[in-house]
Amino acid sequence: MPARRTGVDRRVQGNSTRAPARLTVTGGMKMFENLTGLEGSLFSDLRRMQQDLEEIFSGRTSPAGIRSVARGSYPPVNVGATTEGVDVYLFAAGLDPKTLDISLQQNLLTIAGERTVDMPDSAQYYRRERFSGPFRRAISLPEDVDPDEVEARYVDGILHVAIQRRETSRPRQIEVK
Amino acid sequence: MNDETDMTTRESGQVEKKPENVQTLRPPVNIFEDSEGITLEADMPGVSKDRLQIQVDNDSLLIEGDVQFTMREGMEALYADVNATRFSRTFALSRELETEGIDASLRDGVLVLRIPKRAEVRPRKIEVRVD
Repeated sequence: MPARRTGVDRRVQGNSTRAPARLTVTGGMKMFENLTGLEGSLFSDLRRMQQDLEEIFSGRTSPAGIRSVARGSYPPVNVGATTEGVDVYLFAAGLDPKTLDISLQQNLLTIAGERTVDMPDSAQYYRRERFSGPFRRAISLPEDVDPDEVEARYVDGILHVAIQRRETSRPRQIEVK
Repeated sequence: MNDETDMTTRESGQVEKKPENVQTLRPPVNIFEDSEGITLEADMPGVSKDRLQIQVDNDSLLIEGDVQFTMREGMEALYADVNATRFSRTFALSRELETEGIDASLRDGVLVLRIPKRAEVRPRKIEVRVD
């Protein structure tokens, strides 16, 4: 993705400004030092870039959930919550809702399905970025979801699973008599 | 993320042109060619017909769409793979394509664009007659 690449480039440029200045040695050593200094800064830039990339892609900032999958897994999922319920959105265009298998066991929501993308053999392909095949995603929801109050809807290529929280765990207004 | 991709090359050597103000999503596409023309399929979940925009300007094709889905009031995100609500991607078209004849359809968030080739560049089958 070019956008991400330019982001990293910028960062490396920023770092290179504080490359070590090792050019104080005088005499015959100067040229040699110049070269190694240059080489050193180049390699340290590359090393820093590599570290930056690792940090970006590993997501080391927070510990990963045991069921979490790598970024870019299909289909992308968003989960939102209110005091009343939890909403799960699967961004899965072009699905046949009949192939979907949605189950909620306690607070673990599993959504499995298959997307078939027809690819004519006679055509010449330039890009194949669309996911094709079976998929499965498991999502841990808050503990207080009610497995009996689940509703799933498929609109414009988004699967929306709405789960209510249990009545007992909802905040209640207490009246003062 | 407005990147321009030449439709008939596998590698894109193009550099970003527009500064990005609003973060956009890059829809994954399949592009293939047959003797009649080029077909582009793009995944744009959450985009309906009235929120989809297809623009052809000279040799560039822009597909854009706004994502919409129902949300409860006061919703907080617990997890998000999708962090933007707009799909956008630009492609460079080549001259032998008939841009006036583009046919678009959108179903369940999948956009299918059919771009025909100009009649004069379509391969003609030459029949050999045996008398």
